[in-house]
Amino acid sequence: MAVPSYFTTGEKIAHYSLRVFVMLVLLFLISPIIAVMPLSFNSESFFTYPMPGYSLKWYEDFFFNDRWTGALRMSFFIAICTTILATFLGTLAALGLARTNFPAKSTIMAILISPMIVPVIISAVGMFKFYAQLDLASTLLGVILAHTALATPFVVITVTATLSAFDKTLMRAGASCGAPPHTVFFKVVMPLILPGMISGALFAFVTSFDEVVVVLFLASPEQRTLPLQMFSGIREMISPTITAAATVLVLFSTALLVTVELLRRRSEKLRGVQA
Amino acid sequence: MAMAQALPSDGVMRAADGTPLKVALARAERRERLKALGLVLPLFAFIVLSFLVPIFVMLYNAVYDPDVAENLPTTVVALQQWDGKDLPSEEVFAAFAADMKKAQESKMVALIGKRLNYEISGIRSKVIATGRKVGAIEAGPYKDAVIAIDKIWGEPETWATIKRSSSSYTPFYLLAMLDMRQGVDGSIEQVPADRAVYIDILKRTLGISLLVTFCTLILGYPVAYMLATTPQKTASILMIFVLLPFWTSLLVRTTAWMILMQDGGVFAQFMNVTGITWVMNLLGVMDGPPELFKTRFATVVAMTHIQLPFTLLPIYSVMKTISPTYMRAAKSLGGTPFYSFIRVYMPQTLPGVAAGCLLTFILCLGYYITPALVGGPTDQMVSGYIASAINTENNWGKASALGVILLIATLILYYVYNKLVGIDRMKLG
Repeated sequence: MAVPSYFTTGEKIAHYSLRVFVMLVLLFLISPIIAVMPLSFNSESFFTYPMPGYSLKWYEDFFFNDRWTGALRMSFFIAICTTILATFLGTLAALGLARTNFPAKSTIMAILISPMIVPVIISAVGMFKFYAQLDLASTLLGVILAHTALATPFVVITVTATLSAFDKTLMRAGASCGAPPHTVFFKVVMPLILPGMISGALFAFVTSFDEVVVVLFLASPEQRTLPLQMFSGIREMISPTITAAATVLVLFSTALLVTVELLRRRSEKLRGVQA
Repeated sequence: MAMAQALPSDGVMRAADGTPLKVALARAERRERLKALGLVLPLFAFIVLSFLVPIFVMLYNAVYDPDVAENLPTTVVALQQWDGKDLPSEEVFAAFAADMKKAQESKMVALIGKRLNYEISGIRSKVIATGRKVGAIEAGPYKDAVIAIDKIWGEPETWATIKRSSSSYTPFYLLAMLDMRQGVDGSIEQVPADRAVYIDILKRTLGISLLVTFCTLILGYPVAYMLATTPQKTASILMIFVLLPFWTSLLVRTTAWMILMQDGGVFAQFMNVTGITWVMNLLGVMDGPPELFKTRFATVVAMTHIQLPFTLLPIYSVMKTISPTYMRAAKSLGGTPFYSFIRVYMPQTLPGVAAGCLLTFILCLGYYITPALVGGPTDQMVSGYIASAINTENNWGKASALGVILLIATLILYYVYNKLVGIDRMKLG
């Protein structure tokens, strides 16, 4: 973008210094991620530039060592179970809340999204103590339940947002054409709110997949997830495999969230909202 | 008057099945409401049972601590008569000896010692030793026999502490968070300076959160401005730089900073290459090469990096709605660009600034992972102390009291945020 010709010298200086400042901030935002990725190809196990040589051995360790593959599998399993539960419960609740005249709507909404508000350490410690009394601590079920509680607010919020623009006359139109309620839901409502449901599901997945504080308290070595494996690795001595793991995770979460963004656009288009 | 003709003779409108329309409508609405409740109920019950109840049960430990009252039951009853001035009566010592014998059998002595140790340093081992030796006391007088085991039982303060713990409900932990305690006579007093640590922790948490919020605002505001004013095409490319780190997991970003901030690591190399190290040494801010790992500086940099998008995005979305004609109007009325910006543009961005800063501040208060990995021992915040109270001290009272304070602060700020922005409209990226 060129500077307009009518700008004074002062304005030009302000304009260019703003641009330089913004570029530096953007560099600051992106640099840690960009700086760490090449280190994962380092042939030696230290973290400085220049690198003496290139190697894929840290990726080999990440993809073939049982400790890491086990953690990856565990993370996927927990995250998928969490996603299914959270999407189901969250979508139902959002559908209920979207109906008119819902009593004490804002209070119930506040309670439903409280897991997003309470500092995660309090949630982790509280659930740890309570689940331990129910013999749920250090079990797969305990971790999944805890993650589901943390993940549902995201589903509730995204589906509620999609429903807020949903034209309710479509449901009446469906009903007046003789469709029973479940047909109306699956043939009319569901296709329209599906983008919201999927992005809610992806948020739920990412929440569980990245979560470390709750598993730190609630999980035993048998439920060692990827973040837990990373966390326990870096506390003592950083293994370069962590840089490989970080790179894979960055690419993975980017792919997931690009999907969310595309879905959001599609949903806006479907609802006729001007982007 | 077609309407009037349609009305039945008694003047009541009826549905097809003959029920009055009013009744039928109310019934339909009730059915609708029940259906809605039925949809919300599963999640509501799940959140309450799996999330809220555990948190309340845990936080209850901040005021509920039955360890002493349950394990020295007759002692605390006998102590009710004690005036707190001199040593308690023989009766109290007899009850104490009996209680300790029982506690030794049921292996509860260590628990009593642990609890009393929170208030009297070093008493733990003495209680345990007393538990071992108390069985040897066959008959009275108990007073001399018990004091003979350890001098600590000859101190009125020891008994005052036990008397204070005689109820299962104690203000001890919450008072301790404010560096206060109950004195021998039950009045509230400051704790000695060497035990006063909690106000410092709270101040530090607030200080780091404020500093990070300020940094994100200073860095984020110009970026938001540029994103909102450049053409859409450029803006969407620049937006990637904001969203990519936003989408990356917190642990990964913290790990990245941990690796970069190592002594002699990439960040230090960067400072050396760009001459920042040289300037810093010249100014006397630093001495020799940068040592950043486990410092406050590293903590604030990493937290600012992680929180920057949270501050920036709400400001950006408000700026997007400000029409450029306002600035043109201000300039055409003779305002200098700087004056117009300050007086016309900035006030309109305040809702976004408030929303972004408040969100960042709230999230900062609860930070645990980043200070734990990038910061040193003196950079830990409230969450870190909650974790270590449980992991290393197994002190649930302390963890819960810290949790109560953190939660209350968070809830108050969220209440403000909700009034300001609406919580369900929170940006999810």
